[in-house]
Amino acid sequence: MYNSRRLTLYHCWVAFALFLPAVVLGAWQMLMRSPLPPPLQDPNAYYLSVTLHGTVMAYVVTTFFAMGFGYAVTATSLGRPIRGVWAAWIGFAICLIGTVMAAAAVLAGEASVLYTFYPPLLASAWYYSGAFLLIGGSMIWVVLMIVNMAAWKRDYPDKPVPLAMFAITATALLWAWTASGVLVELLRVLLPSAFGWTTLIDVGLARTLFSVTLHGIVYFWLMPAYIAFYTLLPQAAGGRLYSDTMGRLTFIMFLIFSLPVGMHHLFADPEHGVGFKFLQSFLTFFVVLPTLLTVYSICASLEIAGRHRGGRGLLGWIGALPWDEPMVLVAALSLVMLGGGGFGGIINMSYAMNSMIHNTSWVPAHFHLIFGGAVVIMYFAIAYEMWPQITGKLLRSKKLARRQLWLWFWGIMIVTIPWHITGLMGQPRRVAVFDYDDPLVARTGPLVIISVIGGMILLLSAILLIFILVRSHFGERTGEIPLRYALAVNPPAHVPSSLNGFALWNTILLVLMLVAYGYPIGQFALLKPHSVPAYDVTSHSDGGGAR
Amino acid sequence: MAETETNPLRRPLPDGIVPEGEVTRTENRWIAIVLGMLGVMMAVIVVTGVTNALHPPSNVEIIDPTTLHLGGEFAESNLGTAAEPDGSVTVRLIAEQYNFVPECVRVPADTPVKFRLSSADVIHGFLLVGTNVNTMVVPGFVAEVRTSFNALGDYRMPCHEFCGVGHQGMWAHVNVVPKGRFPHLSTTERTSCVQQ
Repeated sequence: MYNSRRLTLYHCWVAFALFLPAVVLGAWQMLMRSPLPPPLQDPNAYYLSVTLHGTVMAYVVTTFFAMGFGYAVTATSLGRPIRGVWAAWIGFAICLIGTVMAAAAVLAGEASVLYTFYPPLLASAWYYSGAFLLIGGSMIWVVLMIVNMAAWKRDYPDKPVPLAMFAITATALLWAWTASGVLVELLRVLLPSAFGWTTLIDVGLARTLFSVTLHGIVYFWLMPAYIAFYTLLPQAAGGRLYSDTMGRLTFIMFLIFSLPVGMHHLFADPEHGVGFKFLQSFLTFFVVLPTLLTVYSICASLEIAGRHRGGRGLLGWIGALPWDEPMVLVAALSLVMLGGGGFGGIINMSYAMNSMIHNTSWVPAHFHLIFGGAVVIMYFAIAYEMWPQITGKLLRSKKLARRQLWLWFWGIMIVTIPWHITGLMGQPRRVAVFDYDDPLVARTGPLVIISVIGGMILLLSAILLIFILVRSHFGERTGEIPLRYALAVNPPAHVPSSLNGFALWNTILLVLMLVAYGYPIGQFALLKPHSVPAYDVTSHSDGGGAR
Repeated sequence: MAETETNPLRRPLPDGIVPEGEVTRTENRWIAIVLGMLGVMMAVIVVTGVTNALHPPSNVEIIDPTTLHLGGEFAESNLGTAAEPDGSVTVRLIAEQYNFVPECVRVPADTPVKFRLSSADVIHGFLLVGTNVNTMVVPGFVAEVRTSFNALGDYRMPCHEFCGVGHQGMWAHVNVVPKGRFPHLSTTERTSCVQQ
């Protein structure tokens, strides 16, 4: 895989090496908030753990995995070495230093503010600086994706950019756009306070900036999964991609529609009026479009593969698919979870229905199903697909990989179905301990215990994942399988420039962002003074006080 | 199933196994179906939002959290439930690390209730199960939600946003009593069910 092999391997190993301890923390948190006796009963440790679990899963695992996957896709889909490998390694180092700084601050108990920061709670400057380096450092990756795609276009002006490369560049652009919110929040609001340069915090502004990140980031996590759906899955199934154009449109739509919608995370906030909440709720509905188009394309591609393998009749092609391929199995599991998570998501983003479930267990249920389930399970399958390529060793073994994927699927189901129900019963999220002696709280007890069982299954699956990756990597069975991408049924000879680049779409997105966020962010400059004192969580173990 | 160590060399599928025209035609049909679904969902949101006046708390009202208790609307003597001339009631609460003041709120059933809350320190929030009441309480702003209770009894009122290490202990109650048993209040009187 040219010069990106080691890059991809190192990025993936950072992601997966941190993934396992973060799963351990998650499993302990589930025990802690259940009626069962946990090994350690300490609310301080719980909030520390939630902060670390969230920070690692949301920022570290995803960013490192996306970067590693991006370098692999760039080299293999363009079929030539990556430009700027030295810059990629500098980016890797910056991100790693940021990760260590942030994790150390959390572990020291100086940053229990959760990964969503929640100002005016104020953590140690080490935490915010670490987060800034991690997210900022990944911008080097963004630039490298753009540079490599542009260079290829210059060299092959008449050819369409391969779909996988087009899609990973869309992912990089999406990340740059969406990360701008949290980067500005850190620079403008949190870091100045953490360094003691300012004493007041503009909470409304901080929350609104974070909302710019909070939805787009989810699609940044999702994009590698979709890239696999379009480019790796049809190949693994032995078929062809139904439509190259639909793939391009899907990634363009994700770029545009996942950004001007973040205020649906602020429906219950008093610092915004109904107008922009309604507008962004409305815009959020369009995100459904690329997902439903993808489901169609994927099913059609699989049908082609199934019929080619001898499947007959209306549904006979389904049984004819090569279900022993982890990538094929995982696509089905992922789509089931995506369906459930998507359904829940439509409720979350609905302007009025959100009141029913806002900040209840329904919300972590939703994003654990769609991210922890549908997306992360695709990360596993992508890793299994890439592993022989980047390690030069065969996967040991596909059978074990299938077991790991099934365990993860059932674990997520057993965790999230009870959470959805307890959410509807009004169980608040992010609570360290519940008083199960209270009869109204006690009703949720049995469901919480069931979910703990799911958590243990997930832990088992995560251990198995690491076991498979280590055993394959350091095993003796050498053999390299190149990463191959699916060809479209009708390969495009050339595509219009709008489907071969992002200039037009970036312009449209800029306009949409100005319309959707111009006033909601700008209003804080117009409102009378509304900043409030920061609450330092580092100075006192009892929860801090105004500084 | 037998373990396959490498992808078996499959007979490659020819180009154009599904004609371009058919791909386009079926995709367009699916896009039309999807847009129809989107249209229905959006219509439901708009219609229910307008006809049932289902709006999340969205009054952009500024207040200084550092002087909250010194006077004005959120002075201690003004907290609790107040009767309004039009027969409705207004409940005023302060959220602070790690309790609501007052911790027990009494309201009449089948009566329009307006909750007005602000935070004295960090971000809090609360919800009441089985009602449309669910709001963030952001320092610097007043959160206002309107509802009406038709079921009597005790509602748990948890803080639902992480507010610090004592977050899990921040629970209050809303006690809904029959209209006739709700005390008659003068314009300056406030009531709550906090045990004295």
